[in-house]
Amino acid sequence: MAITTEETPAAHGAGPTGAPPAPAISLEGVGKTYRSGPGTVTAVHRIDLEIQQGEFFSLLGPSGCGKTTTMRMIAGFEEPTSGTIRLAGKDVTGVPPNRRDVNMVFQSYALFPHMTVADNVAFGLKRKKVPSAEIKKRVAEMLDLVELTDRARYKPSQLSGGQQQRVALARALVNRPSALLLDEPLGALDLKLRQAMQLELKRIQREVGITFVYVTHDQSEALTMSDRIAVMNKGVVEQLGTPAEIYETPATRFVAGFIGTSNILTGTVDTVSDGWARIGYGHGQHVLAKGDGTAPNEEIVLTVRPEKIRLSAEEPDANLSRIRGTVREVVYLGSTTHYTVRTVDDTDIVVFQQNSSDASNLAERGDTAWLSWRPEHSYVLPG
Amino acid sequence: MRAATKEAAPAAAPRRWRPRISLGKLFTWAVLVWLFVPIAGMIAFSFNDISGRQNVSWQGFTLKWYGQAFAYPDLNQALINTLVVGVSTMVISGITGSLLGLAMGRYRFRGQQISNLVMFAAISAPEVVIGAALLSLFLTINMTTGLLTVIIAHVMFTVSFVAITVRARVMTMDPRIEEAARDLGADSWTTFRLVTFPMLFPAIMAGGLLSFALSVDDFIITTFVSGELSTFPLWIWGSTRIGIPPQVNVMGTLIFVVGVVLTVINVVLARRRS
Repeated sequence: MAITTEETPAAHGAGPTGAPPAPAISLEGVGKTYRSGPGTVTAVHRIDLEIQQGEFFSLLGPSGCGKTTTMRMIAGFEEPTSGTIRLAGKDVTGVPPNRRDVNMVFQSYALFPHMTVADNVAFGLKRKKVPSAEIKKRVAEMLDLVELTDRARYKPSQLSGGQQQRVALARALVNRPSALLLDEPLGALDLKLRQAMQLELKRIQREVGITFVYVTHDQSEALTMSDRIAVMNKGVVEQLGTPAEIYETPATRFVAGFIGTSNILTGTVDTVSDGWARIGYGHGQHVLAKGDGTAPNEEIVLTVRPEKIRLSAEEPDANLSRIRGTVREVVYLGSTTHYTVRTVDDTDIVVFQQNSSDASNLAERGDTAWLSWRPEHSYVLPG
Repeated sequence: MRAATKEAAPAAAPRRWRPRISLGKLFTWAVLVWLFVPIAGMIAFSFNDISGRQNVSWQGFTLKWYGQAFAYPDLNQALINTLVVGVSTMVISGITGSLLGLAMGRYRFRGQQISNLVMFAAISAPEVVIGAALLSLFLTINMTTGLLTVIIAHVMFTVSFVAITVRARVMTMDPRIEEAARDLGADSWTTFRLVTFPMLFPAIMAGGLLSFALSVDDFIITTFVSGELSTFPLWIWGSTRIGIPPQVNVMGTLIFVVGVVLTVINVVLARRRS
């Protein structure tokens, strides 16, 4: 693996024995600044990421957060203005996309319209001068994997959106890249098909064991499929973690707001004891939160998920966070009911309650009710 | 249709009288007749059994002109010249126009606005002006007018048509498709050869054929820059003073038939492709 333009099949994963495997993709201080008229626009601020072999990794964020730019820098379509990109430990900064061992699935699929499905899938292997018998075999295997064997001789325009999507996937996967980059690949599909394809993608990833880097703005998609997620906003990674970590313990206000529904509470710390900060709201109401580094009289912001809160008519236990309010809205959604409760300091808190047989119809609009949750379910957010 | 009408008006209002041929249909047929009668006339008079030089009144049916289609050596030469000019124009305009269209559709560059303007100016300028301007240019730089100057002039006024057709295609093409080719290991030349060019080919072909057609029947600009060279249209114009021989009708008919056959082949291929 010295200077590499020739391809050595079966070299993947067969790295130097003994040494710990290098991450499939690593970004060190990678940034991208565009010139825009007289000034400059920074799409990505120096970010550091390590994506492991075989991982399903998502870059999640709103449009314009830099996730697609980051992916395009990994693929080689954009050159970073700072930092180093390594694929399997090898520095590829400045290497053109056709000489990087990663393949991309485009949002628009970008299939070759003048070629058949089979020719589309064979394109990458032909460039690598793989013997034609092997190309035939691998294309057939791949079409089988994406269940399009009977469509091999069709042109892309004769396929449905979901089928085109699978051709795009097959065309990239057939090359057995060290990582597959997917840029909102399900964005153009309708909801039902999208959900089916999410499971399908996850199955394929498990079967082929290739590292997937998945760009999406859809938080539920990222939570469903990923092993780890990097939540991006304004060109920086706000939080990096497993779906559960990101959902349960959002690190920033942005993450709390972007992933699922969060209640944001503000208040002044009364006391800190045993590492728990207590914010009092009077009349036996208080909120407890893990308060490392907070001090009395400090203004803090904390967050709690709607499904962690219990709504009750009677006063809850004093070692829980508990707060009273007036029910402003009740939305019945079948398996759950969503309540909006306004507290004494005019904050609206959203509560999701399971409609189990004994807990239905807990409160009506206009009722006064108690809200309570365990102290470890609220998190102090920076700023 | 009938069921719907019935439901909407159950009281069976008296049917309104509708003409069997609508005005739109009538107009369409009128236009078609207006367009094709002269061509039909040309074809018919290629079978006219005349004895003198005037081929203006019907004398009787004959096939003899087809047997003597190439009886006038200078007419044959004019036709060959026209084909040489036409094919050269098609190839040169096809290549340069495609590159121009690709550049203008894909990249932002200094002088793009000017290129645009020049392109449209070349299309919209009156042919007399272009012809006169080119002639004075060739005289100034001391270039002998002839085959070469005719080809230069024809390339000049047809290249814009190719460029505009190709540019339209480039602009509707997803740039991600070429990126996908790069991503799959194709270098920039391979990407052009296997992806960009095949996708642009229909537009290049259309532009090329258009420039061939424009070149073959151009008269005004050719008159200015042809010098000693005779082309098919120039020869016909010259012969009008003494009477156009039926061979002209024969050649016109043959050119028309070739055009129709090519069109039909194109339509059939396009059908089969989709």
